[in-house]
Parts: sequence; C-alpha cells; structure tokens
Amino acid sequence: MNFKKYLIKFSLILILFSIFVGKSFSLEPEKFVQSVVDEASAVLTKNFTKEQKIEKLRSIAKKSVDIEGIGFYTLGSHRKNLSASQKEEYSKLFESYFLKSFASRLSEYTDPKINVTGSKKLNEKYTIISSVLVATDKRPEVKIDWRIYTKNPDEPLIRDLIIEGLSLARTQKEEFNSIIQSNDGDINVLFANLKEFINK
Amino acid sequence: MKKIFLIVFMSAILSFSAYAGADGENTLSKEGGKPVKDCFEKVNRGIFAFNQALDGAIFEPVAKGYRKFPVPIRRGTSNVLSNLSNLVTIPNNLLQGEIKQAGQNTIRFVVNTTLGILGIFDPASGLGFASLEKEDYGQTFGAWGIGEGCYLVLPVLGPSTVRDTFGMIGSTIGGGDPWYNVTVKNDTHYFTDFDYYGSRATAGIDFRAKNIESFESLEQNSLDFYASVRSLYLQDRQQKIVNSKKVVDTMDDGDWEEIESN
Repeated sequence: MNFKKYLIKFSLILILFSIFVGKSFSLEPEKFVQSVVDEASAVLTKNFTKEQKIEKLRSIAKKSVDIEGIGFYTLGSHRKNLSASQKEEYSKLFESYFLKSFASRLSEYTDPKINVTGSKKLNEKYTIISSVLVATDKRPEVKIDWRIYTKNPDEPLIRDLIIEGLSLARTQKEEFNSIIQSNDGDINVLFANLKEFINK
Repeated sequence: MKKIFLIVFMSAILSFSAYAGADGENTLSKEGGKPVKDCFEKVNRGIFAFNQALDGAIFEPVAKGYRKFPVPIRRGTSNVLSNLSNLVTIPNNLLQGEIKQAGQNTIRFVVNTTLGILGIFDPASGLGFASLEKEDYGQTFGAWGIGEGCYLVLPVLGPSTVRDTFGMIGSTIGGGDPWYNVTVKNDTHYFTDFDYYGSRATAGIDFRAKNIESFESLEQNSLDFYASVRSLYLQDRQQKIVNSKKVVDTMDDGDWEEIESN
C-alpha cells in the first residue's frame, strides 16, 4: 500500500517537473541566445582540454542549432532533386561536417564575451537577434546577428550567424553550390567532399 | 628593379585590403537579384592559387611579424591609414549625395591630422565625430545603379568585380585619390612614390594581421575556399553599397521560408 502511494506521488512529481521544464524552455529569442552564448563562453573559459571543449560545444550546438534545417538551406535548389535516401545520407553527413567545423572554429576562442543588444521580429517564424563580441587587445569588436527560427516558440533554434553582415549559412550555400555546379550537378561529389572533410 | 618590386608588393597589399575588405571581402551572389557571374572562373581560380602562394610566402609571415609590435604602435598605424582613407571617402560621400557624412569625415580628417598628429590619435571621436564607414569609387558606381559585371580575381590585389576594378582605376590613374595624386601622380617635392605604396602595403599588412586566425579558420573549414572567399567578398560589397550592416536589409528570406523543421 505504501509502495502504491509512493508511486502515485512520484508520478505526480514527474508530471509537474516535466510541465515546469517544458515551460522553462519557452524562451524569448534574446534570452535564448544569451543563454546559449553564456553556456558556450563558460565552456571556453574553463580549463578544459581542447578535446573536452569540442565535445561540450558539440552538445550545445546539437540542442540549440537547427542543423538539419541549415543543411537543407545550404543545398539550395539542389535539395529538390534528392531522393529520400539521399536526403537521409546528406542530413547525416552535414551534421557531422557542421559539428566538426563549428566546434573547431569556436574552440580556438578563449573567454569570448558576447552581449545581446537587441532583436527584430521578421515574422512568426524568424527573429533576428543582434549582439556584439566584445573587443580585446587582439581583435576589434565584432557584430554578430543570429537568425532564430521561432516556429515552435517553446523551442527556438539558431539557423544562421551573420558576422559583420556576412551570413555563414549563405556562404556555405554558395560554396556547396559551386562544388555541385562545377561537377555538372553531381551531388555525389559534394557527398564525397563532405566525407573527406569529416575523416581528415 | 626596386620600383618594380615595390609596385608588386604594394599591389599585393592592395589586393589584401580588398580581400580583407570585408573587412573580409567576399563573394556573394545576390539572392533575390541577379547573381554575379564568375565569367572567368578557371582563370580566376588560377590567379587565386597564385595569390594564396604569395600570401603564404610573403604576406602572412610579414603580418605575423607585424603583430609582435606593441598594441599602441599598431593602433596608431591603423589610425594613420584610416585617416588617409578619408581622402577617398569624402569625395565618394559627395558623389553619393551624403553631404552630412562628407562634412563629418572632413572634420575628422582636419582634427585628426592636426590635433591627432598626422592621424596617429583620434581626438575627433572624443569630440563627438565618430568614425564612419569607408567609401570608394566602386561603391559609388554601385550606388548609382551600375551592376558589378563579372567577378574577377586580380593578381596580388585579390577579389574584385569589373565595376570595382574600374573604381580602383578611377581612384588612382583617374585622379580620384588626392593621396595618390600628391605622391605618385604629381611631383610635389614633398612626397615620393614610396609614401603612397608604403601606406598601401602597410594597410594590407595591418588588415592581414588583424585577420590571421579568421583566414586560417576559413581555409581549414572550407570545402572550396575559392567559393567561400568569392561569396564573402560579394556579400560584403553588396552590403557596403547599401550602407547597411543589417542582414535583414540585404538578404532575401525566400529560401529560408521553404525550410521547415520542428
């Protein structure tokens, strides 16, 4: 009998906890970006090895970046020609490529301070968050805008970083397009390039 | 011989100013507009490879050495070069109808050249005349509605377009840069060719030194470095022409709208 009561109590607590956690993810885009950068900054500031930093940054990226969405955006019109199996293969390859490239770029930074300075809601699906990477003796202040996908307001996701007005997603898209176009539209060449990068 | 070397070296620097121009120059196809064609891609890629080799052999090592100078020296150097660039920015402000900006840049130039000792210091900012975006003749042509033409990679000078190349020619041979006019074009007895090419070379090295890690990272993480640089250069130029750093003003959201997840 006692056990049954415990079970009911435990289930209630679990339900309440999940509701609370669910609510807590209902973040304003500004707060979401600030929390992501603070989390990443804490990782970069602490005395971890480079490998540990990369691993922690990858896990932050997995939960806060719409990697699959960015992957299909970067394919441009070529995504319409993919078969279901090619889409699946591409998603996997792009995620590995993205996480490797993203983490290795970020892990070089130490103690980056990013302050959110404003936001502009484009429509129900997108909000642009403005921020600045505070200047140090080695580099000037850098303006960073974040394209946040807010279709599900409870789970905002990063879709693009615009550094001093230069879009990373767009640059990536034009790079991929160049590879596909210069190989007579053969998407498999892009896949081969991605695999080579992932394995190097 | 010395002069030829100097010209080649300075050109390299110039190209890197553009490279970096983007303060990172990039190539960006105009989404939502007419894309910029890479009509001479094969040749461009060859020149790009040559520039890369030149960078590895000369510019990057020099930039790394330059970074060893104390911060105040590098900051002062950067200020002097930035002050000089007003001589091209001011006429282009006027050509684009930006009277207020032309006035502010003129005050900055006068104050910083005198009180700021040839531009080493920036007292104008302290007096409320903040630094503004640089302008050049390529941007003015763009603001007038002239299209980019094909994308070009110039030997030593790096990424450009037909329009921006004409802008550069107008700035130098065309007499649009007063600093070039008093150093190279006319014999004023006060300045020599070296003053001009030296300033351009230093600007290139200063830019390269500020971007060593960015270039390394971009190169290491690119599947096609040439295409990445082209995209960045074009994005940067497009943005400078509309004088906006707000991505929402320069990007077409159409393609994003099609991507659904969650």
